Amino acid sequence: MSFVSSVFSSVGATIAQAAPDQFGEFVRPNIDWFAISPELVLLAVGALLTIVDIMLLERGKALAPSLAGLGLLAPLVPITLLALDDAGTRTFFKGAAGGAYVVDDYSLVLKAMFLLGAYIVVLISTNDIAEGDYWESEYYSMLVASVLGMVMMSSARDLISVFVALELLSIPAYMLAAWKKRDARSHEAGMKYYLMGVFASAILLYGMSILFGLTGSTVLTEIAASDAVATNTPLMTLAVVFIVVGFGFKVSAVPFHTWAPDTYQGAPLPITAFLAVSSKAAGFVGLMTMIFVGLLGQADAWEPLLWVLAAATMTVGNLIALRQTNVVRLLAYSGVAQAGFMLAPFAVGGTNPGDAVEAIVVYLLIYTAMNLGAFAVVITLARKTGSAELSSLGGGFQYAPGLTVALTIFMFALAGIPPLGGWFAKFEVFRVVVADQSLGAIALAVIMALNSVIALYYYARIASQAWFNDAPDGDNSPVPVPPSLRSAVFICAVLTVLFGVLPQTVGRFGELAGNIAGI
Amino acid sequence: MLLNQFLLLAAILFCIGVYGVIARRNAVMVLMSVELILNAVNINLVAFGQLHDVTFGHVFALFVIAVAAAEVGVGLALVIMIYRNKRSVDLDQVDLMKG
Repeated sequence: MSFVSSVFSSVGATIAQAAPDQFGEFVRPNIDWFAISPELVLLAVGALLTIVDIMLLERGKALAPSLAGLGLLAPLVPITLLALDDAGTRTFFKGAAGGAYVVDDYSLVLKAMFLLGAYIVVLISTNDIAEGDYWESEYYSMLVASVLGMVMMSSARDLISVFVALELLSIPAYMLAAWKKRDARSHEAGMKYYLMGVFASAILLYGMSILFGLTGSTVLTEIAASDAVATNTPLMTLAVVFIVVGFGFKVSAVPFHTWAPDTYQGAPLPITAFLAVSSKAAGFVGLMTMIFVGLLGQADAWEPLLWVLAAATMTVGNLIALRQTNVVRLLAYSGVAQAGFMLAPFAVGGTNPGDAVEAIVVYLLIYTAMNLGAFAVVITLARKTGSAELSSLGGGFQYAPGLTVALTIFMFALAGIPPLGGWFAKFEVFRVVVADQSLGAIALAVIMALNSVIALYYYARIASQAWFNDAPDGDNSPVPVPPSLRSAVFICAVLTVLFGVLPQTVGRFGELAGNIAGI
Repeated sequence: MLLNQFLLLAAILFCIGVYGVIARRNAVMVLMSVELILNAVNINLVAFGQLHDVTFGHVFALFVIAVAAAEVGVGLALVIMIYRNKRSVDLDQVDLMKG
């Protein structure tokens, strides 16, 4: 070590001698390695997966899922240590006010959510990817790279780091959506997702460039403190609109949702679960950070915009979901509708941003558990029937009673029936929206209530199909459930019920996340 | 400084790019239109960076260039994959799923 440092210092001295005016003594930037250790562990896991693939070739394939699973759980150790640490908020690249990369309670809660969600996705993937026509080892490296982007997104507090995190999580996801080697539908899914994704990030970037031009800074807390954000100019409004639209694609808000059903249907099913849950959650995290940390002063511009987006998203998503006959497309549109509920707190977030963040994070946590669970059950049943049509669920109760009960739990949780998790998510959103007491907020609450009722119809339709109908082909042989899928369904079911029966557990995490640094 | 000209150029490029993404049906042309938007962003960033006399704008533009290269790499791979299947890169023919 001393040799390396002496080489570096001598090189530094040489440069300093060569041009004494321009270069001083090289000073190593002071980096808080502990704070970024979750990211570093994840990076190491990604590298390890690639190395194992190169070194062991075929034998490495069998190791990849367990390595990726353990690797996604490993960063939870430093995250727990950071959460227990009393040092408070840790900031990187400090500017005049705040920094570009922040590790606070908000980011730690979200990082843990992304890692656990991705772990469940690995559990769901293990058998499907091993048996299908896929590149197996690369699949897990891509997944880990995408999760690294999400973990970075939780901490990003700067236009550049938000953008880089968004692309890091998106680019591997484009490839994963097209991962079925010889399936034209999967290619189509990847292509549509890719084109919409790059177009959205280009729009987002244009908004960011205007925002940077008006404020002269890329750090969100400095942007928030600048005069430009406090004044309403047409250009500022344009920047806000572009930024919201850019993230609107990512979270599949109506009218930017058109890619979602096709991509979900064509992509490998575990990736559909990943896109519908983790990728969407990452979009919400980015939107929350941009809106509440950077653009709080522009609430007059984004509140009405997000009101319209929320109302349109939940209504259109629900109405189209009603007439779907494919379970995956139905879950895609139901995901669109759920995104509408998550957008609702934004519409009233200008007055009390902490509460809005709390409600959104609680919703994201519960949504992750129940929606991943729903996909896990659908994937397990599809292994027997080979189809994702609604009618193929028939007879489920006769040959897979346990799975059918789990499916019912997840569907009623998504519909928001107590005592399952979903009710608390919806309750938190209602609480925040109604607390605003303006006419617009009350109207939004009424729209939400109506949509909850519509949603119950199609969620119940999925469940009743499995309970009361017979198998379409009369085949009642038991469905084989591999251990990894079994544990994925089990973990999701336990969390969904736990969050509903003891809402203070998830509520506590929401409270922690509400203490977002900078607002 | 002649900031207006740069911003105007960027706005025009942006509009051409958005038009191309919406109107063009050839996948490669759509990719090129996205590149136009990204370059409009780069012009904006560098011009604003000069205006405020800070380096963030230039750094941001470098990041955009690097990420755009990665994006286009993935995009062209997808286009080739579809071309091998269909012998065409017409996006109107990529329509197996609807509804």
